Amino acid sequence: MDSQDQKAGEHQQVFRLLNVNGEPHQTGFSVHHSLLEVLREQLNLTGTKHGCELGECGTCTVLIDGQPVLSCLELAAECEGREITTVEGMMNGNDLHPLQEAFADLGAAQCGYCTPGILVTAKALLEENPEPTRDEIVSALAGNLCRCTGYHKILEGIEWAAAKMRGDNDYTPPKEAIYGDPLPGEGGSHA
Amino acid sequence: MHEPLDPSKKQDQRKSPTGRDFNLVGKPFRRVDGRAKVTGQTRFADDLSFPRMVHMKLVRSTVPHARIVDIDLSEAEKMPGVLGFLTGESMPNPFGILPVSQDEHALCVDKVRFVGDPVVAVAALTEEQAYEASLAVKVEYESLETIATVEEAVATPEPRIHDYGDEGNLHKKLSMQFGDTDAGFEEADEIFEDVMYFEGNTHLPMEQHATVALTEEVDRVTVYSSTQTPHYLHRSLTKVLELPASRIRVIACPNGGGFGGKSDPFNHEVCAAKMALKLGRPVKISLSREEVFYCHRGRHPVLMKIRTGVKKDGTLTSQHLQTALDGGAYGSYGVASTYYTGALQTVTYNLPKYRFDSIRAFTNKAPCGPKRGHGTPQPRFAFEVHLDKIAHSLGLDPAEMRMQQLVPADSVTSNWLKVGSMGLGKCIEAVVEGSGWKERHGNLPEGHGLGLACGSYLSGAGLPIYWNHMPQSGVQLQLDRSGGVALFCGETEIGQGSDSVVAAITAEVLGIDLKDIRLCVADTDLTPVDLGSYSSRVTLMAGNAALQAAERARDLVAKGAAKKLEVPANELVFAEGRVFHGENPEVGMTWQEAVIEAESRFGTLGTTGSYIPPRSPGRYRGAGVGPSPAYSYSAAVVETRVDPETGVYRVEHVWMAHDVGQCINPAMVMGQIEGSVYMGLGEAMMEEQVYRRLPKKRSNALVHKHPSMLEYKSPTFADMPGVTSYIIEDPDPNGPFGAKEVGQGPLLPMMPAVANSIFDAVGVRVDQVPIAPHMIRQAIEARDKGKEARFGPKKFPEVDFGTPLRVPTPEEGGDGKAINIEEAGVREGTGTMTERKDAVKGGE
Repeated sequence: MDSQDQKAGEHQQVFRLLNVNGEPHQTGFSVHHSLLEVLREQLNLTGTKHGCELGECGTCTVLIDGQPVLSCLELAAECEGREITTVEGMMNGNDLHPLQEAFADLGAAQCGYCTPGILVTAKALLEENPEPTRDEIVSALAGNLCRCTGYHKILEGIEWAAAKMRGDNDYTPPKEAIYGDPLPGEGGSHA
Repeated sequence: MHEPLDPSKKQDQRKSPTGRDFNLVGKPFRRVDGRAKVTGQTRFADDLSFPRMVHMKLVRSTVPHARIVDIDLSEAEKMPGVLGFLTGESMPNPFGILPVSQDEHALCVDKVRFVGDPVVAVAALTEEQAYEASLAVKVEYESLETIATVEEAVATPEPRIHDYGDEGNLHKKLSMQFGDTDAGFEEADEIFEDVMYFEGNTHLPMEQHATVALTEEVDRVTVYSSTQTPHYLHRSLTKVLELPASRIRVIACPNGGGFGGKSDPFNHEVCAAKMALKLGRPVKISLSREEVFYCHRGRHPVLMKIRTGVKKDGTLTSQHLQTALDGGAYGSYGVASTYYTGALQTVTYNLPKYRFDSIRAFTNKAPCGPKRGHGTPQPRFAFEVHLDKIAHSLGLDPAEMRMQQLVPADSVTSNWLKVGSMGLGKCIEAVVEGSGWKERHGNLPEGHGLGLACGSYLSGAGLPIYWNHMPQSGVQLQLDRSGGVALFCGETEIGQGSDSVVAAITAEVLGIDLKDIRLCVADTDLTPVDLGSYSSRVTLMAGNAALQAAERARDLVAKGAAKKLEVPANELVFAEGRVFHGENPEVGMTWQEAVIEAESRFGTLGTTGSYIPPRSPGRYRGAGVGPSPAYSYSAAVVETRVDPETGVYRVEHVWMAHDVGQCINPAMVMGQIEGSVYMGLGEAMMEEQVYRRLPKKRSNALVHKHPSMLEYKSPTFADMPGVTSYIIEDPDPNGPFGAKEVGQGPLLPMMPAVANSIFDAVGVRVDQVPIAPHMIRQAIEARDKGKEARFGPKKFPEVDFGTPLRVPTPEEGGDGKAINIEEAGVREGTGTMTERKDAVKGGE
């Protein structure tokens, strides 16, 4: 539709072929709609969440051409021809991605609301940097807020997943992350 | 070698730290909702959509206190896509979470009380159209005088924000005296007094509140919502919609974080249901982040005066605590919050005589309510900093001083709270030892310090919000020949792991795999009532209900199997998916075969379990707030570096020990401890919900200073220090397998421990939170000028608390009752709930 044909109170519609999780989707939406809105409301990919819709919380993060992007600030109209990856695109068949596996096992997802945004951000990090330091992980995720976990389980989950992805199957997350620290004076009974 | 976490792999045979031998309990396992949460499959309320669904927005007040003169919908009605409106007169019945504070309307009827109070609901085909139409609604207001603070509320009894409450603009005023506090002060060698302030803050759940309502019949409505308390929402809907409770179905979706912020029934939930009944179409509302800040119900700002008599050796002889809560515009849980600012002072250290006075003021700001720790973090902050000062002044070690006067296990406090298991001593020992406290506290170089503080919290409140004799939690199990077990429970998953707790307890008793349990939760049509995910009540209460239902199911199945196996039923063991003879494990059958035997013998199999807490010994008015089946305990040491030149500080490490009774899943317990440390740090260092006054010419309005996530500061990945966590397991006889709470307790010591660490680092006191660098600087400057080395509030407002309600302590031979009901002008009864029988029926 030409913008000249617009009626008062209506918005210009655009049509775009969006490539999401390796699948093409023909979509039509108002020109000002964010990628977040189109993913959730047009494609029913509700795994991507919203926490503020103003670019403040990181919850809506998706990958565009492998890079983390806040989908609430990205115009969907500008996403044609780009590879969009959401949390729904992380599994391999019926198997979880190592990050998903580690998050589920460690309890890095409590309420799970910030989790999709953090998972894809971590995925982008590990694809670029298979053996990140703790500081590098923190800096990659500094824009993603989580109110439940206190962040530690997320960091430990990413380190565990990174090891698995490098083929280091001997790596295990620190025992005290799961059982707490051995009580002082008990000679490390938890060790 | 690390234990496998995946329960499908070989179960680790390690015993729990208490040495008890369990199949599953006490060992780490993947949460039952773990896979859904990492794949985006969990359906939060805003993820739902239905055919013909339309969208709703609320028009919220732009002024803090005003009479509504006119509502003009004429422009909005012409906007594209608009389907209908609701205004206050269509829902005249008031509602509110507490029976004594039914002071909210789904939409304001005659006046608005804070910026954000909803006035009109508008529905349209799309969310955008609803939003645009909401902007076209014109509301004319006649401004009224506003009340900004507790001091203003005390000084301005008229005009009243509400036409109810204890007096003027004080929603609640109370005074209670346990034992002869004057005599206690006389016994003291020294008396210490402090005035402290705890700023309000908000929950900031990552998920914005959302609701979808739909109708199936002309008089039947289903409401999906991000609520922690579907049962209480159900009651409020019944009252406002004037439909029988049996025609309203509330389903609590998994919450994207709650922390107390989704435990009130909300305007948008009621309006969505009403709009669905009006339009006959599914109606969705999803709040913006700004609206979430207006819903609030967060931590009350509390000003406190604490006065304690102490002997030279540190023994506490008497305490007088006064608290003043800024309640915001509505009642919410406020009456309970008010009592909670005093109730739990007695459960950590012996406090033989105790007086507590409190007021809660109405102000024209977003309503305050329960946030993690509900009313107790503020006085806990005051108490623990106060103790640190006392220890310093008497030349005692703060840890040692606390250790010497711990409340004993199995005792009754001066305000008649029954304490069961009590692991605080072990908690203090762990963090003292772990942090090197004895060598390092008081001995670190300038700018580097350690601070210690403790806390305690409820494992569920002893009494329900509305008076009744029914269970506070229920579980129903359905077993059949498939070998699968369906578990029905009203509990609500808000991220804390409640689904996994009830499933694990059931799997433990039946000796089956978690994957063979199917959950149906938080659905008022299908599941037995559970009061909700608040007060850290679910593990203990729903857990006990699950335990009872599972034990009954095990007994039924045992009878079926015993007959076939020709062994006594009570000698059968349930483990690893088998039912077998304890002494001769060869004699046995699979769980599924045993269920088939039982179904063949008894017909369709089902059991129920329910939980009612034990009665508390307190019999005075106010005794309803504070009792719990079990108290958790926590202790923390915080290590901080402060730059004395700028006041900028950084928490470098936290040692936290928490007495959880018994872990159901240690990995999840760790998550709650770390999450509490994180949220406590946020409250100590940066989080605040504050307001600013617009100039007189611009209505003099009080507006939220920063209703956005960018400006409301909360800790990021980069702010989080290292945490050493110790899980203390001191099993409580009232907990399922001995389990107590963990979701709230470990938050409590954080704020005072940070303040105490700053004192150890730079020798000045900041007697309020959050602690900003400029406060430390000002305290240092004051010290350098020879003034008091302190930043904080100076005085508590002048309030006439009248004659306190006098309750003799157990030590004084009391019986739990007050002795001067008439003199104190207090009604009989125990608490905040109405004691009318019809309160049970719903709504009121």
